[in-house]
Amino acid sequence: MIRRLRLLVTPDRQADRVVPPSGHSAWLTGFTAGAMTFLAVFALALSLASGRLADRWADALARTATVRISAPAEQMEIQTAAVLAVLSTTPGIASARALTPDEQKALLAPWFGPDLPLDALPLPQLIEVTEAPEGYDGEGLRQRLMAEAPGAVLDDHSRWRRPLATAAARLNLLGGLSLLLIGATMAAMITLAANASLAANAQVIRVLRIVGAQDDYIAAAFVRRFTLRALAGSGIGALAGLIGVALLPPVDEAGGFLTGLGFQGAGWLLPLLLPPIAAAVALLATRAAAFRKLRELP
Amino acid sequence: MIAFDNVAYNYGGGELLSEVSLRLAPGSFHFLTGPSGAGKTTFLKLAYAELLPTAGRVTIFDREVRGLTRDDVALTRRRIGVVHQDVQFLDHLPLAANVAMPLMVSGRTGDPRDLTDLLQWVGLGQLGDALPPQLSGGERQRAALARAVIMGPDVILADEPTGNLDWEMSLRLLTLLVELNKMGKTILVATHDLNLIRTAKNQVAARVLRIRNRRIQLAGADL
Ligand SMILES: Nc1ncnc2c1ncn2[C@@H]1O[C@H](COP(=O)(O)OP(=O)(O)O)[C@@H](O)[C@H]1O
Ligand SMILES: [Mg+2]
Repeated sequence: MIRRLRLLVTPDRQADRVVPPSGHSAWLTGFTAGAMTFLAVFALALSLASGRLADRWADALARTATVRISAPAEQMEIQTAAVLAVLSTTPGIASARALTPDEQKALLAPWFGPDLPLDALPLPQLIEVTEAPEGYDGEGLRQRLMAEAPGAVLDDHSRWRRPLATAAARLNLLGGLSLLLIGATMAAMITLAANASLAANAQVIRVLRIVGAQDDYIAAAFVRRFTLRALAGSGIGALAGLIGVALLPPVDEAGGFLTGLGFQGAGWLLPLLLPPIAAAVALLATRAAAFRKLRELP
Repeated sequence: MIAFDNVAYNYGGGELLSEVSLRLAPGSFHFLTGPSGAGKTTFLKLAYAELLPTAGRVTIFDREVRGLTRDDVALTRRRIGVVHQDVQFLDHLPLAANVAMPLMVSGRTGDPRDLTDLLQWVGLGQLGDALPPQLSGGERQRAALARAVIMGPDVILADEPTGNLDWEMSLRLLTLLVELNKMGKTILVATHDLNLIRTAKNQVAARVLRIRNRRIQLAGADL
């Protein structure tokens, strides 16, 4: 095993020359590894971003809901008190709190600017509801609210957030699946290229076998070549992919809806793992192909 | 060195060789002769474990070939120099690199001066940088002999080494083989050239094996 590793890593320029430089399979391998890594960077970005999104939506779903009370000014205080009373006796609700006028103003500022004359507008009163871990019965609460405070509407966000959370989770899964498919495709294409190279060099292999070369030695000459090419191609692909992701237009912070297809913090280092992985895939694929071929020869 | 024990071989059709029993003693010089298609090349392939006998036992350096792994076969070939009938080189590498190939694949670094000496010995001193396709038939045969002996093998097997050489070149090659034998190497030369055998018998105590009716027998004075 150690001898095999050494065969693989020692830069033996002489041994590398026993396989004639072959044009086709050479650039095919580098190109495949590069293109696949480029795609893999985006699949990785998609997977990470949708993962973050799914977490955020799922979290928000679980945590908060809002009760909105629209009533004539003289009714507002009574209905607010009624709603808070209902909420405080509903099982599964940790706390409920009416937003202060200042807080409501802050919420609206992005839309109407900071100088909003709040008092002059018939704004609904918002009540922030925080759910307890065990959850509450949304339909039951809705009916009790209707009875006690006709102007109150429970918005638990789930109607529009749940499909988004599901979609984000599904995207995350698809991103992961894409990564696997990209890896498998690369392995398949490199196997084809290695097979082509081995077939084109059948004569070389025969001569090496005749002069007493062991299978490890012959295989290593091919494996080294394909692994280094895959590593180089993949390195270029990863770099190009990273540049592509970095150049994506930044997403408006206030939107907050799409967190953007990109990497965050240490996530930027993840694509750098792709070239070594590509090299490992090339190594295993070429090695398997080489030994299959060698066993056909006496 | 190499022993055949009641060996038979067939390629799937009828039996090509039957009941072959013989022993190549250390330091011996043998010719193997017989008409074209008699099985000379097949016999040599059995002797360097490229083929496994369909019956009987072939023993190389005291090991039965059937018990050899692929790696063992490779290691065995480093101790047997073979000059093939259809000499094969790596056409993209210069002659010197081709001759040194057995050293390279076994991870040894030979002395470059030894390589130069060896090329000179086979009369190819000037052609070390030439590519194999640029060589004549005789030059290729001599290069093949150089490659066969570079590992200092105990046994040298040559398959029609003078096959496409003129008489003068054939004698030159024969002289090289006789010299190797005098250095103690065990030699087996397959050839259908009876003149070559007669000439050799004047230079070395060579025995002649003949393939006849699928059997291999020692030929007498009736050549
Ligand atoms: N790989 C093979 N498959 C089938 N038949 C073969 C093969 N190699 C040789 N033969 C046959 O075996 C016979 C002996 O071949 P060979 O040993 O090369 O004879 P020689 O070297 O004496 O001319 C020939 O008839 C040849 O056609
Ligand atoms: Mg023959």
